Formats: sequence, C-alpha cells, structure tokens
Amino acid sequence: MNVKLRLYVIVILLMSIGIGVIAYKHYILGFPLLPDQKKAVWSVEARIDFTARGDPVIVSFALPPQAPDIIFTQEEFASPDYGFSELPSTSGRRAQWSKRSANGHQTAYYRLSMHEVDHVVSSITNDLPTEPKKPEFDELHKTAATTLLDQVRNKSANTETFTRELITTLNSDAPNQNQGLLLKEQASEDYKTQLIIDLLALEGISARIVRGLYLQSNRRKQSLSNFVEVYIGNEWLLFNQTTGKIGKPKNLLVWQRGDESLLDVIGGKNSQISFSIIKNVQSTRNLAVKDNLNQQATLMDFSIYSLPIEQQNAFKMILLLPIGALIVVIMRLIIGIRTSGTFMPILIALALIQTTLISGIILFLIVISIGLLIRSYLSRLNLLFVARISAVIIVVIVIMAGISIISNKFGIDQAMSVTFFPMIILSWTIERMSVLWEEDGPREVLIQGSGSLLTAVIAYLFMTNRTIEYLTFNFPELMLVNLAFILILGQYTGYRLSELYRFHSLDRRNAPR
Amino acid sequence: MLLASAKKLRSLGIIGMNQRNFGLISRYNPRHLYPLVDDKLKTKLLAQKAGITVPTLLGTIEFQHDVKLLSKILQPYEQFVIKPTKGSGGKGILVIIKHDDHQQYFKPSGETLQLADIERHVSNIISGLHSLGGKPDTVMIESLIQLDPVFADYSYEGIPDIRIIVFRGYPIMAMLRLTTHASDGKANLHQGAVGVGIDIGTGSALHAVQFGETVLHHPDTQKTFSELVIPHWDKLLQLAAACYEMTGLGYLGADLVLDRDKGPMIIELNARPGLSIQVANFAGLAPRVTLIESIGQIDPYPVQRTLFSKKHFARSNTNNDQTIPRLERTRKADR
Repeated sequence: MNVKLRLYVIVILLMSIGIGVIAYKHYILGFPLLPDQKKAVWSVEARIDFTARGDPVIVSFALPPQAPDIIFTQEEFASPDYGFSELPSTSGRRAQWSKRSANGHQTAYYRLSMHEVDHVVSSITNDLPTEPKKPEFDELHKTAATTLLDQVRNKSANTETFTRELITTLNSDAPNQNQGLLLKEQASEDYKTQLIIDLLALEGISARIVRGLYLQSNRRKQSLSNFVEVYIGNEWLLFNQTTGKIGKPKNLLVWQRGDESLLDVIGGKNSQISFSIIKNVQSTRNLAVKDNLNQQATLMDFSIYSLPIEQQNAFKMILLLPIGALIVVIMRLIIGIRTSGTFMPILIALALIQTTLISGIILFLIVISIGLLIRSYLSRLNLLFVARISAVIIVVIVIMAGISIISNKFGIDQAMSVTFFPMIILSWTIERMSVLWEEDGPREVLIQGSGSLLTAVIAYLFMTNRTIEYLTFNFPELMLVNLAFILILGQYTGYRLSELYRFHSLDRRNAPR
Repeated sequence: MLLASAKKLRSLGIIGMNQRNFGLISRYNPRHLYPLVDDKLKTKLLAQKAGITVPTLLGTIEFQHDVKLLSKILQPYEQFVIKPTKGSGGKGILVIIKHDDHQQYFKPSGETLQLADIERHVSNIISGLHSLGGKPDTVMIESLIQLDPVFADYSYEGIPDIRIIVFRGYPIMAMLRLTTHASDGKANLHQGAVGVGIDIGTGSALHAVQFGETVLHHPDTQKTFSELVIPHWDKLLQLAAACYEMTGLGYLGADLVLDRDKGPMIIELNARPGLSIQVANFAGLAPRVTLIESIGQIDPYPVQRTLFSKKHFARSNTNNDQTIPRLERTRKADR
C-alpha cells in the first residue's frame, strides 16, 4: 500500500511538472500547442523626408514604446552618412540622426518588425499623470469653454462618460456657436487633440495625447492618428478623438505618448513623415523560439534549442522514442498483442520512418523471409549459439546488399532504403522467429510476426503524425507526462483485450439463456 | 460473441496476465528462487532430498565432447526419456520406448531413429536450442514413466500429466493434460492437448477444453470424460503442497504424473504457471487466491493444507453454478 502511495505521488509530481512546464511555455513564452499556428508579423517603415540647408542637421524622431502585448523582433535605422543614436527621453525613446553639414533632399528610414503576443501578462505601470496644467484662454474662449463644459457635465455621470460626451459634442455635425468658436474653422487634428486636453484640464482631469498607427495590410503613405488618453481610476483609458470610442483598437500600434513632438528637424525644412506597412505571416513557433532565445529565458538557455541544428535534428528522432515505448506498453499490457522482442517494433517503426510505410513493410518481409530460409539451413549445421547469431547477422547484411544492388539495377530507388533497417535487430528477429518456428510451429511465428509488424505500424503512424512530432520536439516535458502514464499503466492489473478472447468460451457457456 | 465481457470474467474471478504477473508472481515468487525450478535437474535433486518421488535419473550430459558417451549411457536401458534441464513447455523432450541391437531407436509414434539422430538431438540441447534465452544447457536422461491404466483410454501416444496450482502451499486448482494426436503426444495445451479441470475435493473430472473450446470426449479415443477419476488423488495433492516447502515459491505450478509402478511423482515445477487452467476448470483463480491470502498463519504440514483445500475448493463447496455437474449442463445443443 505504501509503495502504491509513493508511486502515485511520483506520478502526480511528474504530471504536474510536465504539464506545468508546458503551460508555462504556452502561456508565458508563447509556444503554440499546434504546429500550424501562424501569426501576423508587421513590418512598419517610417520615412522621414526633409530639405537640408547646409547647416548642421539634427533629426529627432519619437520611437514606439515597448508594450507588454507586442514584441519588436527587429529595429533598423538607415540613412546614409548620418551619425545615429537612440536616446531615452522623459516620454519615451527617441531616435537621433545627426550630420555636420548636409544640403538638399535628405531621407532617413526607421524600420520595425513586430508581432503581437497572445497572452499578455498585465503589469502594473507606475505611469502616473502630472497635475493638469490649466490652459490659458482669452475671455471669449474661456466663456465658451465654461458653457460647453457645463453642458457636457449635465449630460454625464463620471469622468469616463464626461470625456466621451465632450468628444462627441465637439465632433457633432451641427456645432453650436461655442463649439465653433473653440474649434475654429478647419482645425488640424493636433489642434483638436490639444483642445480636448485643455478642456479636460479645465475640469481638472489629467489627459495626454497619444499618436498611433493603424496596422493594415500593405498600406503606403500612412500617417499617425491622434487619440486622447485620460487617467481614470488608476489607469489610462484611450479615447478616439473623433468618435469618443473607449479602448485601444485592436490593430493600433501606439507610437508616442505625451505632448513631445513626433519629429524635430534642426537645420532642415519641409520635413515630412510617412509610414508604410507590410504584413507577413510566420510560424508562431519560430517566432516564440526566436524571441525567447533573444531574451535569454533560462528555460530556453538550457533547452534543446540551444544545441546546434544537427543535434536538434537527432533529438527530433530520439524524442519520438518515448511515444513508441508508450505504444508498445499499451499494445502489450492493454491489448495483449504478442511481439517478438519487446522493443523490436519501435526500431522497425524508426526504420519505417526512413523508408516510408509500404516499401518498408515489403522490404522487412523480404529480408525476414529470406533470413528464415537460410537460418533453417543453419540450424541443421549444429552451430553454437553465438556463432549462429553471428552467422545470421552476416546473412542479413548479404541479403540487404543483394536487395540494394538488384533493385538499383531495376531502377527501384525505394528498395535501396533497406539499409535503414537495424541489422542486429533484424538478425535477432530472424533468430527468435526461427527458434519459435521449431518450438511452437509456424502459427506462433505468424502471430508474433504480425503482432510485431502491427505494433510497428501503429507506432509509425503515431511517430509520423505532424502534431505529435511537433509536440515531442517543442515540449520535451511531455516525456515526464508520458513517463507518468507508463508508471500508471505498469499498475494495470485488469484484463488484456486478447484475454477477453482467450476466455471467451467461459462467457458464452455461462450466459443466461 | 468473439469477446467475453470483462465484467463477466471478473465475476467469475478469472485472473488475467497482468494481474498474474503483478499480484501473484512478482509478489509471491522472489526472483532468486527461480533457478530452483527453471533447472529441472536442480528441482529433481531438491525433490529427492525432500523425499518426493521423481523419475529415476539415468544420466546427464553436460559437455559436447561427452556426447559420444551417449551410447554407453543408454545401453543398459530399454526405455528412456531425454530432456533439456532448462527447457520449458515440453520443448526438446525425446521419448524412446524401445531399441533393438541394431542401434535403432523407436519413438512412441513408431518412428525410428538412428543413434546419430539422438546424438544430434543431445548436442542441440547442450548448445541451448531449447533453453530460455539460448543459454547452454544440460541433458538429462530419465527413466520412462509407465502409463497408468486409468489413463489408457484418455491419452494418445503420450503420458498425461497433472498440473496443480499451489498458492502459499495450498493446492488451489488442478488440471489434467491429456496428450492428443494434434499435440503430437505432448501434454501442452498450446499444441492441442486436452485440458481437463479436476475437482480438488475428489479428483474427478469437471470440464474439458481443447484449443479453448469445450470438448466432451477425447478427440482421438472418443472416450467421454464424465467417468474419469484420478486415483491417488490425496497423495498427488500432498506432493504438490510439499513443493512449497521445497522451493519457497508462493505461486507455483507443479506438474505431476502417475506411474503405473511407482505411483504419483513430480516431473517439473513452474514459477510462472499459465492461466489456461481457469478455462479447463471453468472457474477463476481469484476467489481461491483471496481465501488463501486471508489465512494468517500458513499451516506447516502439507497434509493439513491439503485437507483445507479439499474442504474449501471441492466442487460441492464452491458456489452456485459450479455445483451443477458441468458436463451434463453444457452440451453443444445448449449454446
């Protein structure tokens, strides 16, 4: 009983470690559980154009801030002959290009590749607002603003609804006099944003400007859109400044927060900025591996991914073996199939992976039958055991060479893959089958032979399944879960399926009529 | 129906392979004791020391170069059996019922062999052809068992043997294995011998199967099993029970034979006895194992244990179904 308890503790431990690591890799590191998951990777290019006047030039450009829900896989800065540096500033990162003297049309590029993260770990930001700065309006504007605010205040219940109401009122199709006065005719987006922030400040609400880029496939000459972010109840809420809609749109990349300028060009004029966007689709798993290797997650540092590619490929195969072992355990303990040699089917399955199924089975049968024929002659020679098995090995090699050479002459390429079969295992199989034939007759040979082949084919089907192949390689922790299963199966004392057949006469004879 | 329902088998108390390996063999049979029964020569010596009757040992051959002494060893004996000591399931057993002065040897089937054939057979055994895992083996030559007249009508070209399962020293189930033409004179159920379940209480036949199917009479002699009663039954049970003290194995199968002249004797012990005995008895081992497991103190006397078994495992004592004479109730027409 005590032993049983200990076993269950081990099983539960193995299971939870295995599943825990899988969950960690899936939810935190972003490894997908299926092989074909794809993810959109956005490439954004910002192009800065300006005309230099022959003086020293400094171009300062706001860069998008890191966010928990996106990962920047690559950032590039390009512009010929410019010195470049990336500077942190109070409201985010900025890129700075500089040159002693430049003349004529100048271009600078900033390229960014990024993708979204499925599972965001929310982190508490200590991004506290500053005290709202009271705007300076002249008397006329101040009156208009106060009237508007009174009107909006009446229609709202809290800061959130107040902000939304303010934005919709300002954007209404039929502006009244006050709104018209405040907005002026044909006001720029930036002016409108500033106005909203100012009006909110009058009300004592902290707000700031947010510039963002809509990520849409294959767009060129895009510009940033303005949003208003309002501090409400310990968090910042984003408002669309045209519709008043709350929350960050799904495909919006926040480029800049705060009222610092987007682009400053010193020593140049006619500066312009335009964005183009390209969408690529990449395998989620590759992205996850790349990201985590870059970030040097400890789990990744000590994982198979840190090995050279060649070894990784070897492990792809090796990590499939436990699946084969599980199949053999199930086939023998639960189904009750008799195989010749416990793990011979797995090795045959491995060979089948190399040779493909049908040609592999045909080759296997040819080698075994010729081997059995020759072995039956050997048994008449009265050889000692070790000499006999050694002789069989040589016979097997001769058969394999023969098959390869003959099939090559006939142009059957597939038959040449016979070399993938493990020779020693084939020899042992022949030896065992032949002893079995002598002792228990051909029927038993047929039963065990087809049992082995069936197990091998089933193991092959599992081991070549794309999803299983993917899971075993990318989640080696599955081995622990597999081990736990095998430990549990080792406790199985119920009937094997074959025994239900073996004892079937007992059932029939005693059945109530 | 091709498959039995697991529920039904469980209600009959049938023990499956997994449960046998896990609950009986690995629990009650310490591995270090296996060599005692895997080597028939060791078993034989052990049995002789314990005063248990075994077939007389006529000689052994251990090395290839001794094979040429074979004719000298065999000379004084008219009949003999050649066996590998580590063979299992009756493999490699050669029976010679007579030989003439021209060095011709006769098998029970009438087939004749030359001395050279026998020598090759012996040499094969020594090189491990019939042993588990192909290990080098020893040949032993035994006196031939004489068929008891009781079995004369029930066997074909061979000696029937009696398999008794002994659990912690208590005989719990028994089966008579009858040779047939299909089994080539061997008492091996796989090869087509008939298994007859035997009532522990009386030694009379309960139910017979061949290839897993019920049979009512011997396929070759056509004799029905209903009148079959094994003589010396108490002695057979006591011999089997005594094997527990002899080997220390908690779960073993004792193979016994009845010799016309010398009576009951043990020919072989098995540490991993098969489960077909349940089919032959039409009963599961589980309830009997459970009963024995519930006994706190094992009786030190085989005779006492035999009495206990006879009392508890007799046909009249096992519940419901089994009290009805099975052979009468289960004719083919009933199905």
